[in-house]
Amino acid sequence: MRHSMKRMLSVATSIAMVSSLAACGGSSSSSTTAAPAAETTAAAAAETTAAPAETTAAATEAATEAAGGDEGKVLNIECWNTEFQSRLTDHYPGYEKVDDTTGKIGDVTVNWHITPSDDNAYQNNLDEKLPANGDAAADDKVDLFLMEADYAKKYVNADVTMNVKDLGITDDDIKDQYQYTKDIVTDGSGVLKGLSWQACSAGLIYNRAIAKEVLGSDDPEKVQEAVKDWDTFNATAKTLADKGYKITSTVNDTYRVYSNNVSKPWVDGTTVQVDDNIKKWVDDSKALADAKETGVADLWSDDWSAGFYPEGKVFCYFGPAWLINFSMHGDDLKSVAGQGGWGFVVGPQSFYWGGTWIAAATGTDNPTLVKDIMLKMTTDPAILKDIAVKDADCVNNKSVLAELAGETIDPVAAEDGKAGNITFILGGQNPYQVLADGAEKVDMSNISDYDQGCNEEFQSAMKGYFDGNYKSYDDALAAFNKAIVEKYPELTTG
Amino acid sequence: MKKTSKVMEYNRWGYIFLIPFFVVFVVFQLIPLISTIYNSFFENFKSGLKQIGPNFVGFGNYVKILSNPDLWKYFGNTMIMWIIGFIPQIIVSLLLAAWFTDPSLRLKGQRFFKTVIYLPNLIMASAFAMLFFTLFSDNGPINSMLMQMGFLPEPFKFFSSVVATRNLVGFMNFIMWFGNTTILLMAGMMGIDQALFEAAEVDGATPNQIFYKITLPLLRPILVYVLITSLIGGLQMFDVPQILTNGTGDPARSTMTTIMWLNKHLFSKNYGMGGALSVLIFIVTGILSILVFQLTGKEQTN
Amino acid sequence: MSKTKAIAADAVEENGGLKARRFVAYLVLIILSFLCLIWFYILFINATRSNGELGRGFQAYPSTYAAKNFVGMLHSTQPILRGMMNSLLVAGLSAALCTYFSTMTAYAIHAYRFKGREAILTFILAIMMIPTQVSALGFVQLMTKMKLMNTYLPLIIPSIAAPATFFYMKQYMDSVLSISLVEAARIDGAGEFMIFNNIVLPLMKPAIAVQAIFTFVASWNNYFTPALILKDENMKTLPVLIAELRSADFLKFDMGIVYMTIAFSIFPVIIVYLILSKNILKGDPI
Repeated sequence: MRHSMKRMLSVATSIAMVSSLAACGGSSSSSTTAAPAAETTAAAAAETTAAPAETTAAATEAATEAAGGDEGKVLNIECWNTEFQSRLTDHYPGYEKVDDTTGKIGDVTVNWHITPSDDNAYQNNLDEKLPANGDAAADDKVDLFLMEADYAKKYVNADVTMNVKDLGITDDDIKDQYQYTKDIVTDGSGVLKGLSWQACSAGLIYNRAIAKEVLGSDDPEKVQEAVKDWDTFNATAKTLADKGYKITSTVNDTYRVYSNNVSKPWVDGTTVQVDDNIKKWVDDSKALADAKETGVADLWSDDWSAGFYPEGKVFCYFGPAWLINFSMHGDDLKSVAGQGGWGFVVGPQSFYWGGTWIAAATGTDNPTLVKDIMLKMTTDPAILKDIAVKDADCVNNKSVLAELAGETIDPVAAEDGKAGNITFILGGQNPYQVLADGAEKVDMSNISDYDQGCNEEFQSAMKGYFDGNYKSYDDALAAFNKAIVEKYPELTTG
Repeated sequence: MKKTSKVMEYNRWGYIFLIPFFVVFVVFQLIPLISTIYNSFFENFKSGLKQIGPNFVGFGNYVKILSNPDLWKYFGNTMIMWIIGFIPQIIVSLLLAAWFTDPSLRLKGQRFFKTVIYLPNLIMASAFAMLFFTLFSDNGPINSMLMQMGFLPEPFKFFSSVVATRNLVGFMNFIMWFGNTTILLMAGMMGIDQALFEAAEVDGATPNQIFYKITLPLLRPILVYVLITSLIGGLQMFDVPQILTNGTGDPARSTMTTIMWLNKHLFSKNYGMGGALSVLIFIVTGILSILVFQLTGKEQTN
Repeated sequence: MSKTKAIAADAVEENGGLKARRFVAYLVLIILSFLCLIWFYILFINATRSNGELGRGFQAYPSTYAAKNFVGMLHSTQPILRGMMNSLLVAGLSAALCTYFSTMTAYAIHAYRFKGREAILTFILAIMMIPTQVSALGFVQLMTKMKLMNTYLPLIIPSIAAPATFFYMKQYMDSVLSISLVEAARIDGAGEFMIFNNIVLPLMKPAIAVQAIFTFVASWNNYFTPALILKDENMKTLPVLIAELRSADFLKFDMGIVYMTIAFSIFPVIIVYLILSKNILKGDPI
């Protein structure tokens, strides 16, 4: 592990940035690692290197306290990339980098254990370590670990994660965080077990030139009118198709939007159920795909990203701020983003995409330090503002987002190889009000332990239906049911 | 008397020299095989952090697998893709072997051709599959070539088409194995008594007649050998479709092979079902192996 | 080729049918060679192109980005260079152990007449056809219990018991090693183990070379078992890393690097093969 980390960090911050994006991109299996690679790294790197690490010489109070007390001298953090590591290095007061996989906070040595998410390796690793954490030697105990939303419930609903209240974090500490970010890490009995510094609420990113030509205006309010609900959205798709444009590049663009707005969880007891809104996604998507108003490619494929350029003739994408900042080829002057040609609206329904949650592992021998890291990194307004400005994360803090929404952010134009800032990409529009409103509306109370597998397998099965390889929805559903039972043998299908 | 005991003593070394083989065999193959069989009688899996079982279920797992149409479907997929690769493989290999061993043809550059056709057999199947995936992807070089040459108006989605994906797998198996088969068949053909050919030629037989009346019948044992070993190899088909489809067996699970299915069970740590499936594959392979045995045995006595 | 036959062939040399057949043979051979090589040609060409160039469609000539892609590959999140070292280590040791011990096993059967010899020979041949996959489940469980997961031992040690290699060695030994040679050495007072190492092994060199290559290539290309055993990114062998490429979307964004990575993992085998092709083709088992 050490060596790979060295190699990764030898290309320094650029890789760190890519990985951080990977974290945000996470949700569907492979797109967990779907960081928008090379092209964006240059620009991203420039941004991170520009951020001076906040190196408070003195160790934090918490670390001193912990070190002086009877708490552990080693803090073990489990993660799948270097995103949180670089956030902690840059923003946590008193963190000193020793080498690529170790750091120091006061007297405490911080060990980063990085297991990539490919092939479920990260979760397999947690599955092995966390249940044995109580018996592990003090210096080997996992203290902190990171999770993505799609599988967070699996750990939250087991006793391997600590109640944040037991760490001494109060409701008042986290009152400025968005509810949905708490819902994702709240267990069946209402106990909150993790926190996030990101609120990756998302919206509809539309191509202004196409909006002007087809809808007569690129004004966000007018555009929102044309996509305000799914029926209007589908009608607009037809109008766009008549002029030779696709509404989205693939049906998978809208999956997340529908699936974030379900009225029942994927699994009830042990029975898998398909929510009406997800069924609606299938019906709407099948109609759009059959009418050639959209494609069926996977997210992150070349076909998906074709619309980042004007020749792709794609009207809109669905995504959060990080997608706009880092993934839409903003460093290429020929791309729509490079010319500041996108606009941003809420779209038919609110949703979120990405984010990383921090949880304390049961059995940690560094509770004071763990608490301090969780508090500082997810609630401290100054640190969060700094993260928002320097790392372009959409942070999980209502006041900071409101502040950003109220500010005038001057557009910084793209140069060849370096993306412009978000206001430039969005043609001068400040997206933070839309993002803040969206985050308020996202409701993740219906997330289940099995979301990752269900979402992946459902999309994969339905792809066969859209392609015509399954004759009917029922055939595709049968394939989905099969795949789910293979993955989770304890479940039954309806 | 003394001499025999000395010989006996020498012969004890036979056992000593066999120790490494058998120790390794027992530890790394036999015990795992037995424990796989043992596992197949239990419900035993891990789901996330939850461990379910082991609970003894007798033949429950077997009943579940055999009553499930999936096994037959994946077995069918495996056979279809094997046949797609095997038929051209055996025809082409026969042709090439006949040409290479036909003195009257006097083909030049044989060494070059043999080197080239054998080459794909040595290529990492995973890299070869990854290469084909990139080459045949929607915006890959094959599509762009076909479009540049005007054969296609828009990219053909190879991996959304059942026929195309299966044929690609079959084709890759063909490319990877026909060189190997050619060399096997050549060995067989060179083993045929030259006098038979000469006699036939003297009698005025045409090359085609010689091929069908002499070469093929005499080559039968080795042809059957090739058929069955290839079939056993086909039953184990894994790397190519696994990597080509990223383990999904898509489109619509039409390229999911039995071993890919087994791999899915292994990855979700479902030891009961995985064990039962392993045993079934073991039985089928065992039957085929016995066929090979009897065959090669016959060949030796001939 | 017998003399009479050559004359017969000469006699029909000008025969139009023969010419046509030869033409067809060459044509088919050229088409097949094309089908075998074209993929590697495209791979080679594409490994020298930038992501942007690749996006603009296929070109038949190389570009200038080979070095850049190579550096990009070395700096990618995948430890490809390390993977190659791992593959070399695993495949090299497997080949060495496999040939040495298979020869030893063959020698045991060939040179000694002990009780149960025939039965053992039949038994080894019988297990030749058991696919490794069917015992994979128990294998992984046992390796976990023995704390050998994520190590190379489960990939290397099993090669000691390789029935197919044993069979080849035995066939070869039957033709080159006469018992009188062994007996002569015994009279000179050599121990059994010494005889094996100093007399039998050198005699078997050609067979060992051939089988070493086959075992090396098989181990180098093996994906199934390493994928189950190796967890740590830095321990993984090339096929496992290549398979990860398929599932890791972010790398797909720079296709130049992807092609370079594939090329890097297969060209060493191609080069070794071209150097040794004479032996390999001659030595194909059976």
